[in-house]
Amino acid sequence: MSDGEPLVRWDWIGDHAGELADYTGVHLRLGLLPVLFGLIVSVPLGILCHRWRWVYPPVLTVANILYSIPSLALFMIFVRYTGLTEQTVMIPLTLYTLSVLVPNVVDGLASVPEPVRQAATAMGFGTVRRVVQVELPIAVPVVIAGVRVAAVSSISLVAVGQLIGQGGLGYYITRGLQLDFPTPIVTAIVLIMLLALATDALLVLAQRLLTPWSRSKVTSS
Amino acid sequence: MIRFDAVSKNYPNGTTAVDDLSLELAEGGITVLVGPSGCGKTTTLRMINRMVEPTAGTVSLRGQDIREVHAPELRRGIGYVIQHAGLFPHRTILDNIATVPLLLGWSKKKARARAAELLELVGLPAEMAKRYPNQLSGGQQQRVGVARALGADPPVLLMDEPFSAVDPIVRAELQAEFIRLQKELHKTIVFVTHDIDEAIKLGDNIAVFRTGGRLAQFDTPERLLAHPADDFVAGFVGQDRGIRRLSFVKAAEVPLRDGPVLPATTSVARARAADEPWVLVVDDGRRPLGWAAAADLPQSGTLADASLVPLGHTFSLVGDSARAALDSALLSPSRLAVGVDADGAVIGVADAYELSAVIAAAENAGGGGQ
Repeated sequence: MSDGEPLVRWDWIGDHAGELADYTGVHLRLGLLPVLFGLIVSVPLGILCHRWRWVYPPVLTVANILYSIPSLALFMIFVRYTGLTEQTVMIPLTLYTLSVLVPNVVDGLASVPEPVRQAATAMGFGTVRRVVQVELPIAVPVVIAGVRVAAVSSISLVAVGQLIGQGGLGYYITRGLQLDFPTPIVTAIVLIMLLALATDALLVLAQRLLTPWSRSKVTSS
Repeated sequence: MIRFDAVSKNYPNGTTAVDDLSLELAEGGITVLVGPSGCGKTTTLRMINRMVEPTAGTVSLRGQDIREVHAPELRRGIGYVIQHAGLFPHRTILDNIATVPLLLGWSKKKARARAAELLELVGLPAEMAKRYPNQLSGGQQQRVGVARALGADPPVLLMDEPFSAVDPIVRAELQAEFIRLQKELHKTIVFVTHDIDEAIKLGDNIAVFRTGGRLAQFDTPERLLAHPADDFVAGFVGQDRGIRRLSFVKAAEVPLRDGPVLPATTSVARARAADEPWVLVVDDGRRPLGWAAAADLPQSGTLADASLVPLGHTFSLVGDSARAALDSALLSPSRLAVGVDADGAVIGVADAYELSAVIAAAENAGGGGQ
């Protein structure tokens, strides 16, 4: 950084507002679609793991091993198959979410009290109906807790994708480093943090709306 | 109605939960399955709605082998209440109660209307409809559990220790309510409990199980108390079964004598002449005022001037049992129980020894005081 250069040059932000908005949108897509895909995979996988407990340890091990592979390495592997596309970033990010989401789905299902499960069966729910109408709704608070962690980490990881040219706001970080110009770097970091915070806040709100029953703990006895 | 035919349930690890059970449960009555833990009573209950499948024998419902009915379908026709209510925490009280009607494909509107009726039937205020289960007390949740089981008006109700997780006061309340409900509904109820007092209070018939899943005795509560089949049953029904049996003898059958009952206007001199250690002082409607001890009577005047010892309590010849009469005798300062009619007027008195005669009378009548 050259002397005399301020950390943030507000005029630059003003000049690039439109472009920043575009990249923010891309960043959000790259960060959140993997969480959605991860959830689509994790829910049935979690149900399987809950139903047949022996499936769970191997599934969890695989998910954790995937999570331990550095993102850079995974991007490089997928570049061979999907090129320098958004998919190359989203596939690894999707795989990363599994190590958080699968355990949370399993824990969520395990949080269903046994009397409730028994009552549902005795009322005449078939297995599928019981899982969909009783067990999954009760698992929602625990699952959303996992989604919050996955979403925040996914949003921050997107920036690494810039190494293959698909990093959302990560673009401004490499750009700023190349030009020895801090404004884009600081702007990108602040925007990524704001995205993560806003997403988290929305998820908390979503949980309140989805599970009005879980917070109304006013017991009269 | 419900028939067990040589039913056994063995587990692969070698334990036997139910051993060669044959039992026929009458329509429209409460059958209580009672026994120590591990006696197979809950397993027996769960074989009725196929939550547990027997390893041998058949269970039939209204003449049909229940294995011929698809399990979820069978269960929608059988109400089920469990110890911790097991309400769905994510559904409102109203939707909890509407569960089975909705499963049966009723419209939402009709199911909710029915649920609102049931909420009232189990004695809960309408404003609870929109609440969630965790906003209710244990006793209230249990009421909702009963309402939910009654959702589609099933002819059969299975209840697995439904009142054992609440405190004794609430339990007594729920039991009374349950008896009231059954008088209205006439369901065929199978009720599991480990509490023999609850069994005797609620059951029309009682099946006592012993450890190892064997039926020890199947009888009415009166006969169970009067003629336990063996030492196990005698031990299980408890040491005080003699006193408990009095619950089944109506107070009207108690032999009463006139005793020293005198109106308050009687002169002290006449009261002395009765030559009794205690006299019962009554008002002009023969309603009891209290006991007067002969030794403490004033020198002159009437019994109205005497200091009276409170009665303890009287027993009603209309509604009470001989057990209440005996209790009344034990608490009375004169050791005499005071029997009153519907208006509270004294009919007569009896001491504990005289009361014990009704047991002998009941015995001669074949152990029943129905």
